[in-house]
Amino acid sequence: MLINPNEILETIQMVRMKHLDIRTVTMGISLRDCSHPDIEVFNENIYEKITGRAKELVRTTNEIQSLYGIPIINKRISVTPIAVAAESCRSPDFVSVAKTMDEAAKDAQVDFIGGFSALVHKGATGGDLKLINSIPEALAGTEKVCSSVNVATTRTGINMDAVGLMGGIIKKTADLTADRDGIGCAKLVIFANAPEDNPFMAGAFHGIGEPECVINVGVSGPGVVNAAISELENPNLTEISETIKKTAFKITRMGEMVGREVSRRLGVEFGILDLSLAPTPAIGDSVAAILEAMGLERCGAHGTTAALALLNDAVKKGGAMASSSVGGLSGAFIPVSEDAGMIEAVRVGALSLEKLEAMTSVCSVGLDMIAVPGDTPASTLSAIIADEMAIGVINRKTTAVRIIPAPGKGVGDSVEFGGLLGNAPIMPVSAFSSEVFVKRGGRIPAPIQSLTN
Amino acid sequence: MASSRFIITVIGSDRVGIVARITTVMANFNVNIVDISQTIMQGIFTMIMLAEAPQETFDLAAFQEAMGAEGKSLGVEVKVQHEDAFRFMHRI
Repeated sequence: MLINPNEILETIQMVRMKHLDIRTVTMGISLRDCSHPDIEVFNENIYEKITGRAKELVRTTNEIQSLYGIPIINKRISVTPIAVAAESCRSPDFVSVAKTMDEAAKDAQVDFIGGFSALVHKGATGGDLKLINSIPEALAGTEKVCSSVNVATTRTGINMDAVGLMGGIIKKTADLTADRDGIGCAKLVIFANAPEDNPFMAGAFHGIGEPECVINVGVSGPGVVNAAISELENPNLTEISETIKKTAFKITRMGEMVGREVSRRLGVEFGILDLSLAPTPAIGDSVAAILEAMGLERCGAHGTTAALALLNDAVKKGGAMASSSVGGLSGAFIPVSEDAGMIEAVRVGALSLEKLEAMTSVCSVGLDMIAVPGDTPASTLSAIIADEMAIGVINRKTTAVRIIPAPGKGVGDSVEFGGLLGNAPIMPVSAFSSEVFVKRGGRIPAPIQSLTN
Repeated sequence: MASSRFIITVIGSDRVGIVARITTVMANFNVNIVDISQTIMQGIFTMIMLAEAPQETFDLAAFQEAMGAEGKSLGVEVKVQHEDAFRFMHRI
């Protein structure tokens, strides 16, 4: 046979039984040419630009899905950070911009639109502050809009004024969506070293070094990796690493093929392929399950950080061999609410916030989709962000915080977001105050690692 | 995407007439078989075909729908996927 039957059946099994999918095809669109002092004109401009560029995105992506028989779960749009694009608008806030983005996303029939964002790692402009203060109302009044704020980089250090501000913004966002367990916070990410080309939500935006329009693809497949490890007979960790690498290679090749074909058909430049093991609430499609398949009784047991480091590194190596365009976050995600294995580990007391924080020093993102008590003080949320930013800044990597102080809920309760966002048990935070530290403000200077020139 | 060649997989429990009925649908759409292999793996009927579709006037969606419907009435799962889906994943 011209193609090996075993290879054909392996590919089919990956999709049918092991949840292999292209998680997202994300179109990045520059809004830099939309500026106007009148916010209504600006909104018209961005609506026209987004819906014009993304007109054929969903139809084309669906065609590719049936051509190759590979599910493409989400179609998304990312735009220039609105704080940059809307800077010159003479308007007290940018809430109407978020609503316009929401309408444009609905018109283009995409699942999410990201870029209600600001980059304030060294300081904030007037536009940045208007954007940040608009976030709670913007996320409460829209369905598809995602927001992110970059508050730290290895090159600049940590903007603690912004970190202090974001604790309060998260609280307010939760309060305005209290009727839905604070779901607004599930669409808000605080970053250190945010990548400019990440296709995954809620942190996607179209960076200012990006071209006019670009296609970025996010591939996933924790289920495939999990199955590959489980099929090994009494392997040592070197063999496990080798298997993960080979599996990541195959998954990445699939994403590369899809990304190139979508971009060819749309006549839009192909940007990057982000190979991230992004779990879903489906049983078996879990990063925690991979760590447990390596021999841990539960995710969160001692050894979890080492196992995650092995996983994250092997995924990157397989991906880098398979494609020259690997970028974005690329690694393993550990969102608690979206991963059945993580949820179970929290429920049985195996996984704590502190262990998760340690894990974020070796994986591709950070404290992700974590629900904490609704009465957590804003200063404690800011301090959690500061810790996470420090891990990113010192280790020269992306870290992020997506945390939900669930209104009216405490430890023992859980929140239910539904769909890909899943559900999460409320995790306890430290009862001791960080308020004085957070209130000091200022900037934690760039570390010595930044002086590389 | 350089060619219009497809991998057609038929998976399910064995019965009389699967090959005849599936290939009849293919003939109706003017789809040619380039290579074919058929085995019983772990008691499950597995047929894999490499097929070539006419370059012009070929309606992939209609073909996939017709093949899927025929498979359903036979109690087997039929998939039609572009060959690149397999080449890309396993070959460099």
